[in-house]
Amino acid sequence: MVPISYYLVLSGFLFACGVAGFLIKRNIITIFMSIELMLNGVNLSFVAFAAHWHVIAGEAKGLVPLSGQVFVFFVMVVAAAEAAVGLAIIIAVYRNRETLNVDQLNLLKL
Amino acid sequence: MSIHLILFLAFGAVCVAGAINLLAQTHPINSALSLIAVMAALAGEYLLLGAEFVAAVQVIVYAGAIMVLFVFTIMLLNAGEEERTKGSRVATLFGVPGILIASVLVGWMVLRHSGTEAVAAGALPGDPRTIGQLLFHDFLLPFEITSVLILIAIMGSVVLASKPPTTPRSVSVRKVD
Amino acid sequence: MTSNLNLWLIPVLPLAGAAINGIFGKKSSRTAISTVGLVLSGAAFAWALAVVFRISTAELPYQEYLAHWIRSGSFTVDFAFYLDQLSLIMLLVVTGVGFLIHVYSVGYMWDDPSYCRFFAYLNLFLFFMLTLILANNYLLMFIGWEGVGLASYLLIGFWFTKDSAAAAGKKAFIVNRIGDFGFLIGLFLIIQHFGTLNFTQVFDQVRPLAPETAGAGFLTAIGLLLMVGACGKSAQIPLYVWLPDAMEGPTPVSALIHAATMVTAGVYMVSRSHVIFERAPSALTVVAIIGTLTALFAATIGITQTDIKKVLAYSTVSQLGYMFMACGVGAFSAGVFHLMTHAFFKGLLFLAAGSVIHSVGGEQDMRKMGGLRSYIPWTFMTMGIATLAIAGIPPLAGFWSKDEILWKAYQTNWVYWLIGVVTAFITSFYMFRLLFMTFFGDYHGAHVDEHGHGSHDAGHGHGEPHESPMVMLIPLMILAVLSLVGGLVGYGNRFEHFLEPVFGTGVVSASASETASHFTEYLLMGISVTVAVLGFVFAYILYVSQPHLPQKIADALGGFYKTVLDKYYVDEIYAAVLVKPLIDASTRILWQGVDRNVIDAAVNESATGARSVSNEVRKMQSGNLRSYAGWIAAGAACVIAYMVWMGVAR
Repeated sequence: MVPISYYLVLSGFLFACGVAGFLIKRNIITIFMSIELMLNGVNLSFVAFAAHWHVIAGEAKGLVPLSGQVFVFFVMVVAAAEAAVGLAIIIAVYRNRETLNVDQLNLLKL
Repeated sequence: MSIHLILFLAFGAVCVAGAINLLAQTHPINSALSLIAVMAALAGEYLLLGAEFVAAVQVIVYAGAIMVLFVFTIMLLNAGEEERTKGSRVATLFGVPGILIASVLVGWMVLRHSGTEAVAAGALPGDPRTIGQLLFHDFLLPFEITSVLILIAIMGSVVLASKPPTTPRSVSVRKVD
Repeated sequence: MTSNLNLWLIPVLPLAGAAINGIFGKKSSRTAISTVGLVLSGAAFAWALAVVFRISTAELPYQEYLAHWIRSGSFTVDFAFYLDQLSLIMLLVVTGVGFLIHVYSVGYMWDDPSYCRFFAYLNLFLFFMLTLILANNYLLMFIGWEGVGLASYLLIGFWFTKDSAAAAGKKAFIVNRIGDFGFLIGLFLIIQHFGTLNFTQVFDQVRPLAPETAGAGFLTAIGLLLMVGACGKSAQIPLYVWLPDAMEGPTPVSALIHAATMVTAGVYMVSRSHVIFERAPSALTVVAIIGTLTALFAATIGITQTDIKKVLAYSTVSQLGYMFMACGVGAFSAGVFHLMTHAFFKGLLFLAAGSVIHSVGGEQDMRKMGGLRSYIPWTFMTMGIATLAIAGIPPLAGFWSKDEILWKAYQTNWVYWLIGVVTAFITSFYMFRLLFMTFFGDYHGAHVDEHGHGSHDAGHGHGEPHESPMVMLIPLMILAVLSLVGGLVGYGNRFEHFLEPVFGTGVVSASASETASHFTEYLLMGISVTVAVLGFVFAYILYVSQPHLPQKIADALGGFYKTVLDKYYVDEIYAAVLVKPLIDASTRILWQGVDRNVIDAAVNESATGARSVSNEVRKMQSGNLRSYAGWIAAGAACVIAYMVWMGVAR
């Protein structure tokens, strides 16, 4: 039997890797993929907790403990939308600046 | 050492390896492929937790659509290897150690305070029927809103990524002559 | 009460004149301006006469309520007028002499480019002066008080493009202000002790009080403070310094304001408050001493001056001293009597001096005049009459009033009388000196068209001195007649009886024994006349028969003469002791210290501080996406740590 905390640790590790990539990498597409990695870690966390609540809800098992899994849907939808729009932005920026290096995309200031 | 644990560790190892590889690779396409590996492994984890529908959706949507989009973009833009340029000092000094410490802290807390309730695979409902009922009864409003969200995303990305008009529209140009 | 006299018309008519001339004057013709000014001030005089004829003494004192003003708890002050015998006399003097001077100004100021402004200011002055006289409470009187000060400033600095005139206007206003400060504190004390400023109410509360003979009480304080105000307005020691400088203004202004009316406001105020003064003997003594000293002091300066208007200015200060001496010995009606006759002959003197100046093309230095009586006979005659009057030669007006004062002064303390007699001698001397230097001897002035001091006659081009136009001479003649016969109203104590309802029989003069004989009275009268004649004789010797003598005497006196000539250096002392430290303190402490280094610095430093802080914070927004990402991650770590800590703490 796998205690729930193992899944949480794994989820946390994935999240940490995502943040690290977000901070370290220079290619903007890679940064985007790190964000997706973060979201995946969070998804794992949701599903793990859904299982956890189902287990400890005991006799009063309803369907609500499964809302964790439903929430994963919403996370995925948002991730998809965000990926679509973000990549469109990257394409537009590439068209103007001819570079994917995030250090050269420094116009976001006054 | 049950089969549950072994499978968990196997899939977990693939996740970890893929994540670290994503950080280690310089060419974005390699990072994308590692991410796909991570997602596949995660689908396995979901199955271990009894969420079969979520696992299926993960493979189909996440790995199959979103990552394909990423790969398309990488190919389209002909992204090359990363150059070594100077980054941000804040990121290296504060961000990375900060998150590392925070995650270590969180991991430690979780492991210390959690109980030993185990999850038995297969004992958990995760079938499409249950999910469907939840989605269309309790979570109907968020569901509809997400559909609107997707519509907005479609329109936005079409506008953003479209080519600018090549012929200048009738715009009052300042004559210099 | 009885019929409504509509007293309010009297001040309001000149105010209307001021408004009309002020607003429309610039585009009107000189005729129109003069008509408006003369008609409205004349109407005020006519109405005052009508009031005199319509009212009977049984109806006095008469109060006319106009409007609500201050109602604050139990403290009430209203716009209301009060008419009794005293204000009746003042009313006639102010409107009458004022009207005559308006007529005179038509001729005198005809060539001035700011003709309309002059008449507007003159009418404005009349309005304020009449408000002062007719007020039934101290606050309304104070408004008139301040208003005449304002009008005086405007008129002294009428030719404001001249530096000396502008400075003189400022000096007059500022010195007046010092007096007003004392006046105000006195008013506050009155409010504190009596809860009201209304004359009737205050005096009703004061009357039952016993005189403060044992040292000083609050009545003495009030009296002294009111006297401070009077010193400022009526140019007594130590606040007289503005009056000689005020001669920078046009001569009609000097005649009206600084001879006949405004400077008498202090005397009027002291007389009006006689109830308070009679119960504060120490204050009354102070008044008498100040008046006496001023009379002597100013007269000595008058001997040495060479500017014709300055002589008259110091003469005014000296005569005002006589009036205060009268008030100080309790002879308020004598003081008012002298006020009236003084208005006649001093006004005449100033107007005639203006006529002289006009005729010699603006020259004011008497040494450059002389022998003018053949050129300007009418002016000479009227001025001669005025000089006889001020010297106190019977039966002209000045003799009656001055003698009344000296007689009452003798009854109080022979020292006052002695100084008064000496001053009368000096007065006679310098007045006849003025007359002889100006009208007798040979003409020392320029014959060709040179310009003089007065700016109004610049470029007039005189061949030789010529007589003034009729419009200027007629007021002179009228005033001469008044100077001749005006004193007769005081014959046989009629004046005093007329004012008895106002002043009562007086606390002080009641102690004088009536039997102290007519013999003494006639003796003193004779001494005054002798002294006046002596002054005439001395002046004749020094300035007509032996014209080289004055210079020899001046050289013999040497330094003392120079001190007197330089007005005892009072102005210089004030400048060094009061003005300069004040200006230095203001510059160094208030301006550079407080204003620049504290107030400005606070504002500037807060702006600079904000800018430097924002300069530092601005560096965070570098556009560098990774630094943004780093900050977000750091913030998220803090939040997570906080949540973990909260979880652990539970």
